Amino acid sequence: MEIVHVYSKLRAEFGRQCLFSDRPAELLVDVPPDPSLAQHFIQKKPRDQALQACLDMSEHQVNTKRFESESRGINHVEGGWPKDINPHEMEQTIRFRKKVEKDELYVTSVVQLGQGMEHCIRQNNAVDIYQEYLEEEEEEEEENQVAPSIASTQNVYPNELKRTVTGLSWHPDGGRKLAAAYSCLEFQKSSRDLSVDSYIWDVENPNRPEMTLRPPSPLVCLDYNPKDPHTLLGGAYNGQIVYWDTRRGSTPVEVSSVETSHRDPTYKILWVQSKTGTDAFSASTDGQVLWWDVRKLSEPTDRLVLDPSREGNLDQALGAVSLEFESTMPTKFMVGTEQGVVISCNRKAKTPAEKIVCTYDSHHGPVYALQRNPFFPKNFLTVGDWTARIWSEDIRESSIMWTRYQMSYLSDACWSPVRPSVFFSVKMDGTLDVWDILFKQNDPTLSLKVCDEPLYSLRLQDNGRLVACGSQGGGATLLEVCAGLSTLQKNEKSLLASMFERETKREKILEARQREIRLKERSRSEQSRSEDGGREDGEDSPDQLIARAEKDFFSVVEAEKRKRRDREEQSNGVRTKP
Amino acid sequence: MAEVEETLKRIQGQKGVQGIIIVNSEGIPIKTTLDNASTMQYAGLLHQLVMKARSTVRDIDPQNDLTFMRVRSKKNEIMIAPDKDYFLIVIQNPSD
Repeated sequence: MEIVHVYSKLRAEFGRQCLFSDRPAELLVDVPPDPSLAQHFIQKKPRDQALQACLDMSEHQVNTKRFESESRGINHVEGGWPKDINPHEMEQTIRFRKKVEKDELYVTSVVQLGQGMEHCIRQNNAVDIYQEYLEEEEEEEEENQVAPSIASTQNVYPNELKRTVTGLSWHPDGGRKLAAAYSCLEFQKSSRDLSVDSYIWDVENPNRPEMTLRPPSPLVCLDYNPKDPHTLLGGAYNGQIVYWDTRRGSTPVEVSSVETSHRDPTYKILWVQSKTGTDAFSASTDGQVLWWDVRKLSEPTDRLVLDPSREGNLDQALGAVSLEFESTMPTKFMVGTEQGVVISCNRKAKTPAEKIVCTYDSHHGPVYALQRNPFFPKNFLTVGDWTARIWSEDIRESSIMWTRYQMSYLSDACWSPVRPSVFFSVKMDGTLDVWDILFKQNDPTLSLKVCDEPLYSLRLQDNGRLVACGSQGGGATLLEVCAGLSTLQKNEKSLLASMFERETKREKILEARQREIRLKERSRSEQSRSEDGGREDGEDSPDQLIARAEKDFFSVVEAEKRKRRDREEQSNGVRTKP
Repeated sequence: MAEVEETLKRIQGQKGVQGIIIVNSEGIPIKTTLDNASTMQYAGLLHQLVMKARSTVRDIDPQNDLTFMRVRSKKNEIMIAPDKDYFLIVIQNPSD
């Protein structure tokens, strides 16, 4: 069957008929060449033409499969004995051995081998053939050409959602795992569907986190328990404290109650050394430092209000942004505040007023990082505004050493756990600086641009070789530090100790001088006041003061009048003289 | 027979030599100056090591063959002289 489609249109609707006609070609425009125009142009000869004949190269990346290796042991049983001989039977084995010994081949081989062996033995006895010559030279070149040798970037742990890595903590046992806290710190910027999870990453696998932690609210800071590597504490954005046990899974084992926790994000949480190993303390910008026992997170065991006037007044309290605790000094700790003041506190004080020992006026902005030098606990490092400062506990007035004002805000810093004179800092322009104060004080020894986004947190692994830094975009970068910056140099401790002493002494002298000047001024002003005081003592009443004021006034007027009269007389006298 | 004894005595007399083992190609210790347990351990482990080393050398160049092996460790040095059928193993403590 033929499929036919018929469609019809009225003749009138076709429109006007096209009528074509034939026409010869006609010239429309003729533009003759105008040689005068050529004057405008210069003929260029010779002409240089560059040619390139090179190989086409293309870049490829290959990722090989992971090579899995296993260690196995071998159990050696005596073997090799011919079938008819039972290895446990002494007689048979002895007989076998005797037979072999009679073999001629045996004799010749042993004699031959013996000769070669003797030569080597004698060689060994004569000279140590593996002796290292020129050993000292190797050490010298290490020195501080360390700077160009790099910290190599190892792994980046990305995150699709844009949350800042606000806290990092290494696993205490060997540092194979890194816990990272993600939260959006900008006020009211986080949307409802932004994930609240924080992750634990395995160093070897940057693609997927090893474990996810699900707090009720995004975590601002994290800390692994140094005594029990399975437990973690986290401080949340809503002020709560959350406790996990990694063996139990992603949901927290316990969460502190909202009424008794902080009223602002918990900026820092640290485990404290205690007999039970379950104590921790946390600090927040609401001005409180709370102590917790993780077995009972429903309310804090102790509270300290960071009021510099020591009245415990919450309204006057300074907001805390960083905490510092050194396990060698369990009763003392330090708090860095938003207002730029570092407060040193004593845990064991009897009254709350005595808890705050002293304050250091450190930075123009919040003190983002605070850490004691692991080798010299009397000196600590603070970071805030555009500088990093090193302080000595005894000097309250100013820091003993400080860096120059950098180009961008410093957001975190920490000392190297292996080298007392090295510390790391991260800035808001995404660079990681390594400072070696024995080598160079003005500039960082090594400056590395880690990423384009601001870096917010920094943590060093306990062996000093791996550094993890977290950025605003949610990526945590792991870098390896070269051997020169992570191995203790000889004399380093003594050199650094003498440097700190020298700077401390300098500051002490300056402080003493300041005090002297102030004392002198005060005594001068007191002195002058005491002289006036002799006169004033007898004239206390206001009437007498008024009388005195009048007397002074009139005497001044009289003196002025007299002067004018004298002047007039003089000028008159001059005129009438001749 | 006498030459063998003489050779071994000479080697044993060198400074620092702790022990000598002669192993055959199947790994059976023929003669030893150490105690049984150590002998078994050394014989078994070193036999495999020498086999591996020899096959490595020959894999790289079939014309080549292993002539001597020295394993220097922190505490001593183990020297192995391989032959077609037997190995001579000497454990020495270098004097330095």
